[in-house]
Amino acid sequence: MPRRKVVIAGVAESRFGEVPDATALQLHQEASAAALADAGLSPADVDGLFSCGADLMHPVVLGEYLGLRPGYVDGTQVGGSSWEFFVHHAVGAIEAGLCDVALLAYATTSRSDLKRRVRSANVAIDARGPAQFESAYGHTVIGRHAMAATRHMFEFGTTSEQLAEIAVQARYNASHNPLAMYRDPLSVEEVLSSRMIASPLHKFDCCIRSDGGGAVVLVAEDRVADLPRKPVWVMGAGEAISHHTMSEWEDFTESPAKRSAARAFGMAGVKPDEIDVLQVYDSFTITVLLTLEAMGFCGKGEGGPFVERGRLRLDGELPTNTDGGGLSSNHPGMRGLFLVIEAARQLRGEAVGRQVADAKLAAVNGTGGWFSSTGTLILGVD
Amino acid sequence: MTWHLPVADIETKPYWDAAAEGKLLVKHCSACDRAFFYPREHCPRCWSKDTSWREASGRGIVYTFTVIHQNDLPPFKDRVPYVIAIVELEEGLRMTTNIEGIDPGEVRCGLPVQASFRAEQRDDDTVHLPVFRPA
Repeated sequence: MPRRKVVIAGVAESRFGEVPDATALQLHQEASAAALADAGLSPADVDGLFSCGADLMHPVVLGEYLGLRPGYVDGTQVGGSSWEFFVHHAVGAIEAGLCDVALLAYATTSRSDLKRRVRSANVAIDARGPAQFESAYGHTVIGRHAMAATRHMFEFGTTSEQLAEIAVQARYNASHNPLAMYRDPLSVEEVLSSRMIASPLHKFDCCIRSDGGGAVVLVAEDRVADLPRKPVWVMGAGEAISHHTMSEWEDFTESPAKRSAARAFGMAGVKPDEIDVLQVYDSFTITVLLTLEAMGFCGKGEGGPFVERGRLRLDGELPTNTDGGGLSSNHPGMRGLFLVIEAARQLRGEAVGRQVADAKLAAVNGTGGWFSSTGTLILGVD
Repeated sequence: MTWHLPVADIETKPYWDAAAEGKLLVKHCSACDRAFFYPREHCPRCWSKDTSWREASGRGIVYTFTVIHQNDLPPFKDRVPYVIAIVELEEGLRMTTNIEGIDPGEVRCGLPVQASFRAEQRDDDTVHLPVFRPA
């Protein structure tokens, strides 16, 4: 049994969308300051720092920039799910008394960097080590996900229309979020007629690219009485890793979330049908579909029919990615932290324009790389 | 642009040397009596180091694939659309590869394929890449 329970005390985004006039480090600070204020804490209270980025020694670079020298540091980098891993690790550290106030912070200017031509839209992985068996064939991040969609369609008869439904419903949710980047209605036809990027994934099956940052503050239960906001309890957490090299993925229709979710639900003593709101990584529509199945919201192979008829909408049976997700709201790279922020907002009843009524239990699942890693969290309020 | 071409190392040099001779080699574990990919010194299933190179049949089927329509990195920028696939060999292992010699729109899961080799130039060096064509 946990020695000390852990709560999410503060959450915040920095400016996001298109932010051409700020550096990524500035956005880290902007989000961190806002999340600490949200928690009623100050920078001097932070004794645990959790962060990663594309650079080397990121937590050190960030600690230096922020002027923080915490005694507990974690720089796990497993892709977009790193943030769910960080919450898992922070729970362990706080429970064990290794730190009291954990700050998780992330930011990039990936959209502006692309416009400034300081980076490419595609990732060149040089052909050394295991990558020597992949790079020469011209793989892309989207292509890696597309191969999962192809196989799911082959085995289960899933259709492009069903995948498109996921993007359409994310856009519907985004239309209720005043801060979402893309808010105009999107139809299945528009998704299907958008440019093919890597078959069967079209442009609108893919996440958007934004600038922006976010921060989350976790504290020990001892501090709950002092918190200005409703405490959001971390009830369960789990993590899993799978492949980096695509040929090592045993089953292209099964996300490792099957393992991380089983652990998180087991720890929380909660079942999928009890969940009020769900936030899952949506780098691509297929990411959502495989995640729904792996977490147990529907059976394996049933994801296609499951997402039909608006089930994921704010007014649907399983409100999912209620801010519009990475498909419509924001996606500055490793987006997993924003899933935690939106889940906490929903549970506190602070999701302006998009609040799910009586949301008491939330599940979060981050996916890193190309189904390479997953981290699952179960969050709840009293 | 040759950033994408394989850099052989201690564990993989025999694979690329064989490819230059038109042979597809895979690692076989004597303890499990099972072939595996990608090649490494130990068997990733049982950690036995009693592993050896064997020539594969080169026969397999497409397990899954995608047609890449957009890749802004050279040299692939000028190759789109092309097919990248996971091929399952008769020997029971899978590898990432390209499917060539077929209209990308005609590729299907389960398509029987046969290994072939594509030559690409890196300075004065020719690199031979295992690719697959319809059997």
